[in-house]
Order: sequence, then C-alpha cells, then structure tokens
Amino acid sequence: MSELTVPTMAELLAKGEEPEILFWVGCAGSYDERAQKITRDICKILQHVGMKFAVLGTEESCTGDPAKRAGNEFLFQMQAMANIELLNAYQVKKIVTGCPHCFNTLRNEYPNLGGNYEVIHHSQLIQELINEGKLRAEGGESFKGKKITFHDPCYLGRANQVYEAPRKALEILDAELVELKRCKSNGLCCGAGGAQMFKEPEPGTKDVNIERTEEILAVQPAVVAAACPFCMTMLSDGIKNFNKEQEVEVLDIAEITVKANGL
Amino acid sequence: MIAQILFLVFLLSASILFGRNVAKIRRNIKLGRAEDRSDRPMERLKTMLLVAFGQSKMTKRPVAAIMHFFLYAGFVIINIEVVEILIDGIFGTHRVFAAPLGPVYNYLIGSFEILALLVIVGCVVFLIRRNVLKIRRFSGKEMTSWPKSDANYILIIEILLMSAFLKMNAADYLLQQQNYPHYIQAGAFPVSQFIAPLMPQNAEFLVLIERGAWWFHILGILAFLNYLPYSKHFHIIMAFPNTWYSNLNPKGSFNNMDSVTNEVKAMLDPSFTPLPVAEGSKFGAKDVQDLSWKNLMDAYTCTECGRCTSVCPANITGKLLSPRKIMMDTRDRLTEVGNNIDQHGKDFQDGKSLLDNYITREEIWACTTCNACTEACPVNIDPLNIIVELRRYAVMEEAQAAASVNSMFGNIENNGAPWKYAPSDRFNWAKND
Repeated sequence: MSELTVPTMAELLAKGEEPEILFWVGCAGSYDERAQKITRDICKILQHVGMKFAVLGTEESCTGDPAKRAGNEFLFQMQAMANIELLNAYQVKKIVTGCPHCFNTLRNEYPNLGGNYEVIHHSQLIQELINEGKLRAEGGESFKGKKITFHDPCYLGRANQVYEAPRKALEILDAELVELKRCKSNGLCCGAGGAQMFKEPEPGTKDVNIERTEEILAVQPAVVAAACPFCMTMLSDGIKNFNKEQEVEVLDIAEITVKANGL
Repeated sequence: MIAQILFLVFLLSASILFGRNVAKIRRNIKLGRAEDRSDRPMERLKTMLLVAFGQSKMTKRPVAAIMHFFLYAGFVIINIEVVEILIDGIFGTHRVFAAPLGPVYNYLIGSFEILALLVIVGCVVFLIRRNVLKIRRFSGKEMTSWPKSDANYILIIEILLMSAFLKMNAADYLLQQQNYPHYIQAGAFPVSQFIAPLMPQNAEFLVLIERGAWWFHILGILAFLNYLPYSKHFHIIMAFPNTWYSNLNPKGSFNNMDSVTNEVKAMLDPSFTPLPVAEGSKFGAKDVQDLSWKNLMDAYTCTECGRCTSVCPANITGKLLSPRKIMMDTRDRLTEVGNNIDQHGKDFQDGKSLLDNYITREEIWACTTCNACTEACPVNIDPLNIIVELRRYAVMEEAQAAASVNSMFGNIENNGAPWKYAPSDRFNWAKND
C-alpha cells in the first residue's frame, strides 16, 4: 500500500481540480483516537479504489447534530449555515461521512437551509464499491468462518433505513454472520445518541451499553461490527466492562474492509 | 310504536352527546400550533391503508397481532349488522336485510357469528395477558388504576356485547324453528345454534330474551360509543386520521425551526426580511399549546399499548423515561386545559404546564433519540418529537441543561467540536498513523 495522502478541498481548488467525493470526517473521526484510525481506513479504501476525494481539514466544523438533539436549535443552525456556506463555496456535490450522525444531519437537515448534496454513509460507499466489483475481500486477513455480528446504529438504521449496506461489507468475508436478537429496525441503541455521549446518564438500573453488550456476548461473536464512532466507544467500553477484550473485537466495517484487503 | 320512538330518542341523544365530545376533542387538538401535513396525499393514503387499515405494524408481535385482528375485523364487519339493527329499530322491522340479500344474508350472519366468537376469544386472551400473565408492558409507573381499569372495561364490554349478539341469535333461531310470527326464516347460526339448547323453549320467554338481548346490544353499543372519547379505546377512530397525517420524512430528520432560521439569518445578514413562521412566541414547548396539533392528535390516538416503552433503551435500563407516559401526560394535560377553557374561558391560566407538572426534566434528558418508540408504534405516534420540543424550551428559553451539556454547546460554539480540542488540531489524524 502506498503512503496515505489526504488532499484538502483548499489544495485541490488551488490546483484547479475538484474531487469526485468529499469525505466528511466528523468530530469524533477527527479527534477521538479510536475513530481517527477508522478515518484513516476510510481514506485507505478511497485511495485503494482510486476514487478522487478530498477532506475539509481544519475548515471542517461540527454539523451541529448533538446541539440539535439536545434542543439547541440556534447553535445547530449557526453551525449548519456556516458549513453550508463553505460547502457551497467549494461547489460540493457528493459527500461521504464516517459517522451516521453527520450523515443524517447533512442528508436530512441541511437541504431546507440551502445545503443540497448527495450524502452517503461510508457503509454505502463500501457497498457501492463491492457492487461495482472495485472492492473485494482478498489479499489480507481472512475472516472465513469467524463469527461476526453487526450492531445497527440508530441514525443509519431506523433513522434512514440503511440496513443492508453495512451487512454487504460483511457478507463478502465468507464469515459466519449472526444477527443480534434486537437488530435492524428493532435494533437497540448503544446509549450515546441524543447528546447522551456528552453527559452522565440519568439514574437507572444499568447503562444502555451494558444492556447491549450483554446481548452481544450472548451470541459469542469473535467480532462485533460497528458503523458509528459513538457506538464504537459505547460497545468497546461495554466489552471492557465484562473483561472480554481478548475474545470479542469491536471493529468498524471500514476497518474490517481494510483488514480483509490488506490495505 | 313506543319502542320505535324510544329507540329514536336513544339514538339521537347518543349521537348528539358523542358529536359534542368529539367536537371538544377537535377543538383541543386545534389548540396546538400550526404544522403543514397536507403534502403528498397519495403517500398519506397509502400509509393510512397500510398501517391503520392493514394493521401492518402490529405484526412484530404475532400473538397480539392475531388476537387484535379478531377484534378489529369483528368491529369493522359486525358494524354492518349494526346498520341492520338501526333500520329495524327505527322502522320496527325484523332482519330487514334478509329479503333483499337472500342467501347472501345467511353467509353474512354466519360470518358475524364466527367473528363474534373470535372477538370473545380475543378479549379473554387479552384479559388473561393483562391480569393473569401480567405482561410487563401493561404495567409501569403511568399505568395507574384508571388506565388499567379502562383496558379491562373495554374488554369486558366487548365480551358482553358479543354475548348479547349471540344470545339474541340463539333465541331468534329457536323462534324461527317454532315458526313464531314476525320471526322470519333468515340467517345461519353456526355458533348460536349451540347456545340454543341451553335456552328455555317457551316462545314468549324466548321473545323476551331476544328483545332483551337486542336492546342490550344496541344500547350497549350507543353507550360504548360515548365511552370512547374518555378512553384509550378512542384509537379505533383516531388511528385513521393519525396515520394519514404521519411524519413521512426520514425518522432522523428533525424539523428545522423557521423562527430560529429567521433569527440566525437576520444575524448573518441585517437586510434579511424574516419569513412568516408557524411557531408560537416561544422556542420549543412548555405546555400543550406550544406543541403542534399533530403532537396533540398523537396524544388522543394513543391506546397505551406500551410497545414504545418496552423498546425504549432508557426505560429498559430503569430510567424514569417512558414514551407512553409522555403521550398520556400530553393527553391528560390537554384534557385539563380543555376543561379549564370550558369552565373559565379561553384565557384562563391555571399556573400549571406540561413540563414540570406532568413531565419532569429527568425524563426528557434520558432520551437517546433512537427512534425505537416511533418505529414500534402501530399507529405512527411520535413521542420523540414532544421530547425534543420540551428540550428546546428548556435549552433556548431557560438555558436549563446539565453542565456537561452546556459545555458541549460551548465547545461547539468556540471550537467547532463537542469536545474541548483546538480547531487547528482537527486535521492531525492524517499525520499520526
């Protein structure tokens, strides 16, 4: 694999070029150490298939999702309008996000504020690339026969009806795929949505991620696949809580794709 | 003749009373703020046919779905029988549809009987599920004595009504066999023929039973009709308009508040002329009048089945939040506001509000906005939208949120990320591999 090069929109513009797709990294993908790795893996996939992409780099700013879910519509719209101004200035047409929350906000809540883009989540990009034959699962780690389960992120699944795309990335692995008891439209939240990621939970009998982890451990997977940086944090914490890090790996579908292709 | 006059009096008073109560509920719903749900009529029709008429969202729980289908089909189809009863009652006829329908009539009555039996089976199973098996979703903090009794009353009334219908047919069947005058040979009695042997065989007595059951059945229906506006059972009517006015956008799409867009645009561009907005004078909702009419319609549609609460991650893990309670609180507060208007005029303030007097802060902040509740609701109710409106009020009108939430806001505002990291470090991920 050649060295990872990540061009910014500003650099491309300076060269008079424009990318096929803008990769919207998101805050978690930019700052969270675990999510940064997933961010780089998404770039590796884009580079591997030769898709011309760019990021906003330091010009990117929060979509406003957590502010909106927490009721701060002002802050959300301030963020949205600034982002839209930037995206429109770069004449962005297509966006891939590394986070279902950014995906949902950009796709559903930006259009009526003046931001109209084709927005996909990275699982959908992987699905497209597999369907086009540009991406396979070869040349890397074999997942053959491994027991893998998938945790549906709320903002990808129920919120936007994307259930098949992330599963497509797992189906090509020739692994043993098992569904959780609560999956797809019945999926159980990891506990981080609606700004919960940034606050202590209300008093209760247990944390939501523990409830979810118990369900995951019940199917005894070798890998639990995630598709959201917040789910990644919650599930990793849950698995750690049960001291099962050795038995169960929590991997984003982008990481699995990169591993399977040896990128 | 006296019977006909009496029947008309009952029918008219029941209709007027019901009409008045429905008008009151309609008035209450219209206390909500405006929201446009008039777009995409074909998609709305499709949603209503699928979700309300076709019961498509019930199927996730097969046992309840089948039993509920018995009750639903029984209700819809046996209403054809009620039409006959109404005509017979007004004109003093007996089984007026028998002659024009001929042999079809036998099939109709026969199928009504089978449905009536299935309704009884369904109601008994439901009573057992609620009172003997004590299925978890039928309990909970909000399921106080009235909601629990309400559910049982409905099931018992339905059993009584269907029993009266079958008893009436059994007596009729025996009278027909005895060629008793007025009781024409009509109908098939696949269920009630088995009740017939248990009946007295004296003709005068049978007429008394038949008439008694007939009156009980129709007066029962008229009384039940007037119970609806006070009961969760009102969903049998509201399910249809409520699914018609469903949210057709992706569940993750929260509305952008026009009032805020105006302010933000005015801030960015002083020459901007504000657009007209439907939202009220405050941001978000403190009380029911601040919610949209659709939120309020949702509240009257809720039948307290608890599917929302049973899939809510917050509720499952012991938090105070229960989406069903959000809906019941909204309805109860709206009823209270409506009663205040009736008693003290429309400008009366009772000093209470939905937020705090009914729904606590702890409840609204426990929500993960995961949409499990909206997905689970068989009649497309949206408790999440109410929760978000209450949060909006708490945050934008009162600046009341947990310190950690406020610092998240502060970080986004200052650093463009919910955490306290420097914007200049945002692109560092590309370097440290």
